[in-house]
Amino acid sequence: MTIRTQAIPDVGAKTPVPALEPLVFELARPGRNGRHVRSGEAADIPEAFRRTTPLRLPELTEPQVVRHYTHLAQLNYSVDTGMYPLGSCTMKYNPKVNDRVAGLFADVHPRQSYRTTQGVLALAYELEQMLAKITGMDFVSLQPQAGAQSEFTALLVFKAYHAKRGEAATRTRIIVPDSAHGTNPASAAMCGYHVTTVKSDARGNVDLDALKAELGPDVAGFMLTNPNTLGLFEERVREVCDAVHAAGALVYGDGANMNALLGVARPGDLGFDCVHINVHKTFSTPHGAGGPGAGPLCVKAHLRPFLPKPWIVREADGSYHYDTAREDREPAGLGDSIGTIKQRIGNFGVLARAYTYMKTLGEEGLVETGRDAILAANYLLALLRPAYDVAYDRPPMHEFVLSAAKQKKLGASALDISKALLDEGFHSPTVYFPLIVPEAMMIEPTETEPKETLDAFAAALLRIAERVKSDPASVRAAPTKAPLRRLDEVAAARKPVLRYRVPGVAGADT
Amino acid sequence: MSTVPDDLRYSKEHEWVRLEGDTATIGITHFAQEQLGDVVFVELPEKNASVRQFASLGVVESVKAASDIYSPISGEVVERNVKVIEKPELVNRSPYEQGWMVKVKLADKGELNKLLSAQDYRAHIGETAGAGGD
Amino acid sequence: MGNNPYSPHTEADRAAMLQKIGVRDIDELLGAIPKDARHPKLDVAPGMSEMEVQAHLEQLAALNKNAGSGPFFIGGAIQRRYIPAAVPVLALRGEFLTAYTPYQPEVSQGTLQAVWEYQSLMAELLAMDVVNSSMYDGGSAVAEAAFMAVRLTGRKRVVVATEVDFTYRRTLRTYARGPELEIVEVPSAKLASSVEGAACLIVQHPDAFGTLVDVKTIADAAHAAGALCVQVTEPHACALLAPPGALGADVVVGEGQPLGITMSYGGPHLGIFACREALVRQMPGRIAGQTLDANGTRGFVNTLQTREQHIRREKATSNICTNEALAAITAAVYLSLLGPEGLRAAARAGVARAHALAKRLAALPGCAIANDGPFFDRFTLRSEIGGWDLRNALLARGIQVEATASHYVDGRRVGRDDVIIQCTELTTDADEDALVDAIAELARSGETVAAR
Repeated sequence: MTIRTQAIPDVGAKTPVPALEPLVFELARPGRNGRHVRSGEAADIPEAFRRTTPLRLPELTEPQVVRHYTHLAQLNYSVDTGMYPLGSCTMKYNPKVNDRVAGLFADVHPRQSYRTTQGVLALAYELEQMLAKITGMDFVSLQPQAGAQSEFTALLVFKAYHAKRGEAATRTRIIVPDSAHGTNPASAAMCGYHVTTVKSDARGNVDLDALKAELGPDVAGFMLTNPNTLGLFEERVREVCDAVHAAGALVYGDGANMNALLGVARPGDLGFDCVHINVHKTFSTPHGAGGPGAGPLCVKAHLRPFLPKPWIVREADGSYHYDTAREDREPAGLGDSIGTIKQRIGNFGVLARAYTYMKTLGEEGLVETGRDAILAANYLLALLRPAYDVAYDRPPMHEFVLSAAKQKKLGASALDISKALLDEGFHSPTVYFPLIVPEAMMIEPTETEPKETLDAFAAALLRIAERVKSDPASVRAAPTKAPLRRLDEVAAARKPVLRYRVPGVAGADT
Repeated sequence: MSTVPDDLRYSKEHEWVRLEGDTATIGITHFAQEQLGDVVFVELPEKNASVRQFASLGVVESVKAASDIYSPISGEVVERNVKVIEKPELVNRSPYEQGWMVKVKLADKGELNKLLSAQDYRAHIGETAGAGGD
Repeated sequence: MGNNPYSPHTEADRAAMLQKIGVRDIDELLGAIPKDARHPKLDVAPGMSEMEVQAHLEQLAALNKNAGSGPFFIGGAIQRRYIPAAVPVLALRGEFLTAYTPYQPEVSQGTLQAVWEYQSLMAELLAMDVVNSSMYDGGSAVAEAAFMAVRLTGRKRVVVATEVDFTYRRTLRTYARGPELEIVEVPSAKLASSVEGAACLIVQHPDAFGTLVDVKTIADAAHAAGALCVQVTEPHACALLAPPGALGADVVVGEGQPLGITMSYGGPHLGIFACREALVRQMPGRIAGQTLDANGTRGFVNTLQTREQHIRREKATSNICTNEALAAITAAVYLSLLGPEGLRAAARAGVARAHALAKRLAALPGCAIANDGPFFDRFTLRSEIGGWDLRNALLARGIQVEATASHYVDGRRVGRDDVIIQCTELTTDADEDALVDAIAELARSGETVAAR
């Protein structure tokens, strides 16, 4: 499959430099309007408050807007058009029925009385239950809107937990492995913690002795991804959790790699005190070009009191409400809760999709997902290891990390290889992460790619490895078949142009 | 010009110092700018700010990394090089000359003893250069 | 097996893959997992066909009372507005919906240009220099704005008006627990005099009650004290009111959901975040920038990434990774379709309706408009029937309004219960008549419904 380079017909718009598609501003002409909303009302706004600043939004008619955004869409690679082998992103297929049923809840406002949203509450309650069971945890908060916000929420929970025991002032440190995703230390810093790192050992595990040396009475928690960002299951995970608990600290599970564990193992059985889930990874909700997602936080019972409020309560008669004295009042007994991250139930439209996916697959389907994800990754690794260095010599789970160090010496880096893959019609894997592997390429096929696609992807990477030997310059020149060649990111950062400025107006850049 | 000039002193974090009387000129080394890649932004302290040896005095950013600049000596900032703020590429093109960053009035000359000679710095980067990876 | 309808693997596929790997069964690869933890029973119900799952979700949805099923006056940050048909057709195309974050820009120009256009359109609407490509929602945007002000000034006190939406203030307080910031809540009228030692003053205009606020005086006071002015705003309001950039705001935040995004019980929505150019390197979140490719063709990339978590890690301006990019694209489509005239028309309709309705309600016995000054497209109704009682009585008649407190400070209710009435271009004559008639009847009959 080759990426189509759309030939954009001349739309009669002038662009200052050659461009794939004009901007909406360049397509606009004064006097072009739609008629989507009835006009004619006069609004009574006191003169002192009125807008006198010109409102220079572009004027276009609907046919132009449709063509413009359709052209833009056609420039995009997406799961609907091809495979994304991105490690730790779990770019599996996004089922369309999920989108359709999410639409059934579109016209509900979060500040409606709970009496008018029983369907919402029933879905959310059941979703909490299912997530708790799948992760081996006891209680769930659906408020966090992404993994990073979930991490932040969890660390606030940790802080509150330690404060309750009178240890908030002393426990000021979070430990992360050197393979941790960047959001982990960033979330810890946002939470007022300082961060230290512990190294991985030669088998890709957290170095247990190093961790024990790093632990102390000033540690609040340890953030662990399992399987880790190398795709490897922590071989001594229970010992790691025990060591952390012995020091009086808590273990946070980064659930980005949960796809490998579905029906295979549960974080709650391995010693984790909590784990977050990325539903836009494990539970198939679409990535939306960068978001939205949702990041439910699943915790053991001892952390429940600190979870954000309000909580959903189910009555004996099967009806639902919030644990507030009066609806959107301050919850009766905020108690030890850290407060609110998002009013009501987080990104409900995304959560409804995840719920639908889980109901569609059911237990056997979820179990099969984990197994097929592991199978596909190990298969792909077997196909690729003749040509690329493998970072660690033990079976990975749903993803694995190759090193292009060999290829770099011959003149093409992981970056160059990732661009050459675009010419082969595939999106690149994650590159240069985790930081502990030089020229890293992290590959996760997921369970929804047919075997023929896996074969084609492997063949493409092997072809590129051959080209690196014979003609590395051609690999460095890639991509040549994508809509654009490589972009000047240095210029973009040195002299940022972050918006359009109407020409001929003070402050115009373009 | 050599990539490790002999007349300068160096820190382990890849900063250099040129001493002229009481005033020290500070920048980052050729090795550092090469590791960073194209510099896109430099953040420097204001005049009269005080800096401490081995504490951060600013940030240098490339497209792929952002690094703290650690002051090799303590003292008071007497001048900052606005040219590298306007044209960050000077740091790549001329790290020891036009790419200088701040001039500091030295608080304690004894601190220079904690820095590396050119020879020691060459050995230092000779060690780390072999450890592979970008 | 065939239990996952989205997995294409047949038994033959699996056998071939296992053979290539060199194992008989996947279990041979799971040795690292403690035996007693392997293959847990999940205790989740069996799977369903698509047909059955559709029916199940329809049943759940039927238990809700959709906003459009009767007269609807609940609003605030999240509003029921008209979404043109072309918006979902374009914004929810698979190439946008199922794309990943544009880390490989050469094959992501659809996303990047659409997001850059959103940044440009929003910057124009707000009259601000720079807009990022989205935060999660209005609430988290407010919290991140406070964090940014703290970073820039080195002060740990944040002063926020009590007329800022109460859910935003709650989220701010929760976020503030991390860096242990001091959150001080005062009425808008007291913001200017409370600026001593503050990193920022946070003001909402139009405020949660709908009242128009003099932001300029507050911005001036903030600047005189070396603090930032953070304005919380709404997109349709900026079409008709002096925009935040003209009032002296340093950072602007708000909820962009009214720009063509469905309400969906609160999310996913669109956190708007904008700032002055001088502050851009401290601004959280992703941002798209314009550049050229190797052939000199215009293109767009995610830029200033060194502020972000995947590079700066614990020194990042924020931890945000996944954002609300699709919502930003949706807003760009909406703004492109409506244009300045359409946006003004939608805004005007809400304002006109709110004023007409307020006039009729104020004339009813025992009713008064409680706003301190002129209002935009929502207003606060004070009735002798308490706010919650009124809300419940109206709900019994199929009319949805929001009850709230006059003031909500430090998590405690202070003052009377009122009802807030939000109007938009979707509010009809029939809705208006229904509300007026219902309240008139309640006032006459003296009937109240006890609060739950």
